[in-house]
Amino acid sequence: MSLRDGPLGEIKPPLVWLAAGALIIGILAALALFALGGARTGPFGDARRAADGLIAPAGGVLAMPVRVAAGGAGVIQDYFFAGSQNRELRGDLAAALSWRDEALTLRQENARLRALLGVRTEPPLPMVAAETVLDARGPFSNSRLANAGSVEGVTEGNPVLSEHGLVGRIVGVGAHVSRIMLLSDVDSRTPVMIARTNGRAILTGDGGSEPELAYLRTHDALQVGDRVLTSGDGGVVPRGLPVGAATKGLDGTWRVALDSDAEPIDFVRVLLFKDFVQVASPTELTPSQMPNTATDAPETPAPASVPLAAKANPTKPPPPGTARP
Amino acid sequence: MIARRARPISPIVWLAAPMIAALVLSFVLALPLRIEGLALPEPVFALVPAFAWAIVRPSILPPLALFALGVALDLLWGGPLGLWETCLLAAYTLVFVSRRMLSGQEFWALWGAYAVACGGAMAVGFVLTALRAGHAPGLVGVGLQFAVTVALYPFAWKLVERYEAADTRY
Repeated sequence: MSLRDGPLGEIKPPLVWLAAGALIIGILAALALFALGGARTGPFGDARRAADGLIAPAGGVLAMPVRVAAGGAGVIQDYFFAGSQNRELRGDLAAALSWRDEALTLRQENARLRALLGVRTEPPLPMVAAETVLDARGPFSNSRLANAGSVEGVTEGNPVLSEHGLVGRIVGVGAHVSRIMLLSDVDSRTPVMIARTNGRAILTGDGGSEPELAYLRTHDALQVGDRVLTSGDGGVVPRGLPVGAATKGLDGTWRVALDSDAEPIDFVRVLLFKDFVQVASPTELTPSQMPNTATDAPETPAPASVPLAAKANPTKPPPPGTARP
Repeated sequence: MIARRARPISPIVWLAAPMIAALVLSFVLALPLRIEGLALPEPVFALVPAFAWAIVRPSILPPLALFALGVALDLLWGGPLGLWETCLLAAYTLVFVSRRMLSGQEFWALWGAYAVACGGAMAVGFVLTALRAGHAPGLVGVGLQFAVTVALYPFAWKLVERYEAADTRY
């Protein structure tokens, strides 16, 4: 017997009630989904990766004709404004030549001081070039899709740079696609330092174009235009990557005008950086390379932090109780 | 003169078509392009059907469609799942509960109602994001997205005008 033939079959609830019921169920389901999948690296990671894998090729195809058209427009513009551009470039070249001389002098001095102090230089980090194919700029999420993924060696947490500066870091990776969380995203927290004062701060995104400098600790007062670099604190990103310039926000807080915002972020470089052990060059940290000073200590492998400390201060003796191979 | 009965309109026309249009337009505006150095605006196209569907006809299908639209937007924009579903349904709820008052209103009055619905959705998004991230999103960014979304009202008016008096069924 169907439900319609039973005693309940005569009940016909008003359409508005049914709609209201569906609405309440929808809101409860949405809130439950938010509670479960609110974190971006939560239990729905596979769904996100699958969606990104579908979205990225479509974004690449759709963006291509506009890019070609923009490139064509650029060529025409260059043709008509060649004279004024030439004058500007001559000025830039004159300034760059004086900077080059200063840079060469500083490089030689730097190399001499490094040799004098016995500082080991960090090995270059491998990187992967990628093209951004989608860009979300809303106040609640600022992310991009890049067409390089796990097959190219990209992993979650890798820092991403444009030609001008740090863009963000990888928060999701598919086979040939990865999701970049921009520095301006409300979830983004990046340890930075002020180049002039060596003061520290946490660059905190809020969905706007200029992230805030939170927890600012510096002895000297910050000045508008001060260069802001990554500090490397916490091991999230390598030290010294360009971020932007300090600026005063409308609300009176210190913010950063991002270098990466100066031009369209069409192409990015994903630094295949995982942690500082990678920077410390594992070949130099093998047990055979370490001085064998302790004879009574047991033969146990040293933790990763010990070689790092040894690298930072090679002459310092190990703390009591620390095993040395 | 013989009175002609209105032909019933399929849900594909009044539900699926605006839904697909909102998704495609959101996708196009999410392309990484700049015109004269300025990034494209990012309005929430999905708020247009969320407003119009609540006025056109009470039905069990629009909340389901809005939920699906919200999931698609979260995946497209890389935001936390559940965020835009809740925002869109909040806007729909605001219009749904005041449907009797809004039905038959003129262009400018409905624009005001649409702005209130958009404001409600953005406010819900603001609160949920602040609770989750432990840091409030910037009001400038929220205000900009609100402004460009309110500017989409003519599309919502077209939908309402077209389907309010039609025989929409499910």
